[in-house]
Amino acid sequence: MLFRVAEASQLKALFELLAQTNTMLGPVKVADDLGGNPVYSFEEVAEFSRLSLDYTTTRLSAKRFFLPFREDLAVFALQGKDWSKQMDYHMDRPAVLFGLHACDINALNRLDKVLMGSDHPVPYYAAKRKNIFIIGTGCTPRPSCFCRSMGTNTVTHGFDLFVTDIGGGRLFFEIFSSEAYHVIRDLATGEPTPEDHNAYMRVETERNRKITTTVDTTDLTKILDMEFQSPVWKTWGDKCLGCGSCASACPTCYCYGVEETVDPGLREAKKTRTLYSCNIVDFAEVAGGHNFRPERGTRLKYRYYHKHRGFVEAYEESLCVGCGRCGDICLAGITVPEVIASVRGGDPT
Amino acid sequence: MNASKQEQRTYLGIPVPRPKVAFFELSSCEGCQLQIVNNEATLLDFLSLVDVRAFREAMTEKFSDYQIAFIEGSVTRADEIERLRKVREQAAVIVAFGSCACFGGVNQLKNRFSDPAWVKQEVYRGHPVETADTARPIEDFVKVDLKIFGCPVKKEEVEKIVTSLVLGKTVVHPKYPVCLECKANNNLCLFDLGEPCLGPITRGGCNAWCPNNRFGCWGCRGPAVDANVAQLQKIMRQHGFSEETILDRLECFGGFAEQAKELRSKIGGKG
Repeated sequence: MLFRVAEASQLKALFELLAQTNTMLGPVKVADDLGGNPVYSFEEVAEFSRLSLDYTTTRLSAKRFFLPFREDLAVFALQGKDWSKQMDYHMDRPAVLFGLHACDINALNRLDKVLMGSDHPVPYYAAKRKNIFIIGTGCTPRPSCFCRSMGTNTVTHGFDLFVTDIGGGRLFFEIFSSEAYHVIRDLATGEPTPEDHNAYMRVETERNRKITTTVDTTDLTKILDMEFQSPVWKTWGDKCLGCGSCASACPTCYCYGVEETVDPGLREAKKTRTLYSCNIVDFAEVAGGHNFRPERGTRLKYRYYHKHRGFVEAYEESLCVGCGRCGDICLAGITVPEVIASVRGGDPT
Repeated sequence: MNASKQEQRTYLGIPVPRPKVAFFELSSCEGCQLQIVNNEATLLDFLSLVDVRAFREAMTEKFSDYQIAFIEGSVTRADEIERLRKVREQAAVIVAFGSCACFGGVNQLKNRFSDPAWVKQEVYRGHPVETADTARPIEDFVKVDLKIFGCPVKKEEVEKIVTSLVLGKTVVHPKYPVCLECKANNNLCLFDLGEPCLGPITRGGCNAWCPNNRFGCWGCRGPAVDANVAQLQKIMRQHGFSEETILDRLECFGGFAEQAKELRSKIGGKG
């Protein structure tokens, strides 16, 4: 990793430099909630001043730019007895995601493993992942963050550039990709001094100190196996609305359904992928109508098993990055720390 | 509307049948039928798929040799029951078209009153009309083969269903609640903005039509499969919404009639 430092004003210069040739995406304040707290969302931005780089978190993750909720996988033109298939996964213009937190970059790295790591990479995802330049930023932890427990409060790869405000009007740049190296050459930056390194470490220590919510992941894969029949799953299932909002907000939930439709003019057919949620009633319904997971508690359990057990056994790390969005968005107030604690032997609340 | 002279439609070279369809209305605003006519961009495509034999909102001619009957509206009068039975005798397929036909719709709000005579007097004064004490969904009187939910129905969904019928594809209703499409549209949760919303328990497929416009869901499509209505009621109370607010939502379209009745008896709502 290469490190550089710069004056804070260089961030705007960086934005404007990249905006010349890229679609710019970043955190934007979109509303105030009832409690007067700002609500943020990742949106396309035209002006640097629109960005809220001091944002806490967004309601939904940045997943939709890589894995849209709805995406046409193929379009079929029908002509008489013949048909032809068109697939288009190219991006019209490369994009820059300006201001992604470490947990969310770690989430993309998890998605990479599933969607690009196999013998059959998903081209729709790969095209977007490879053409979105990622600028990470240091975060402002909030009470529902438990990334430290998941080891995702820092990130070592999967981004192009990571910017940390180290105080005194100075920025600390971590340069990961050659693209970022070339971009940084056009900015006024300098070699970090030992004092800059210390300032960076102080900022990181202070940030980590603020992440207070914890999840005990010790032996969690085994404990989940042992607690497969635990009554806590029904308790949580009774609360669960089965609405799938947790999966919609989650930066790593990638499960989907595929539907084929024909337009009423019978001229065109489409194969469309829609992100789905394992908490929804027909997720495990198969041909003939049998449903392997008809109860909400069973479905909720399998979401936890995928995140905290199955994925860990396959990839040596959890599919949960501790961003806390699922708990924030859940109207029933179901949170990962509480569910895991209850499975480990605490009382479900 | 009679486009019978047009050439035979084919799908991948295979001729597709062009079913004879008719639209009927019972007690309703006929807004669901207007949705069909409104969709000008695809109206001609739609009309090429089916042979419309009767459609009061769109044509003068009337033929009674239809195979599929789309019936809008709820049953509120004795003569409607008769009409409904006659349609059932003719039609191979009866489609309950829209929330009134499926659940009674807004009309069934009158079912809440325990003294219909008083209601009639209040509403119609010196102009008495012949109307039953309750508004009922059509399946209370005849067998219904397919339901299309919504107030009004969503035209894209109707076209998709009709295309599926013509091509012999299975018609599949969404089982998931409105929340899924609402989140896909990157909407703010209306609960965060202090609005009540039945999105978490209402059947999706409308593409979160109302929440997209920052208008909380009123449940016009009825319950999603496995909807956790009790939990949402609890959540609405926690958000400070009164029992009356919850009841208003639940009983508006009739899809949650059971839960509304239970809640009404619990809070001792005036009949």
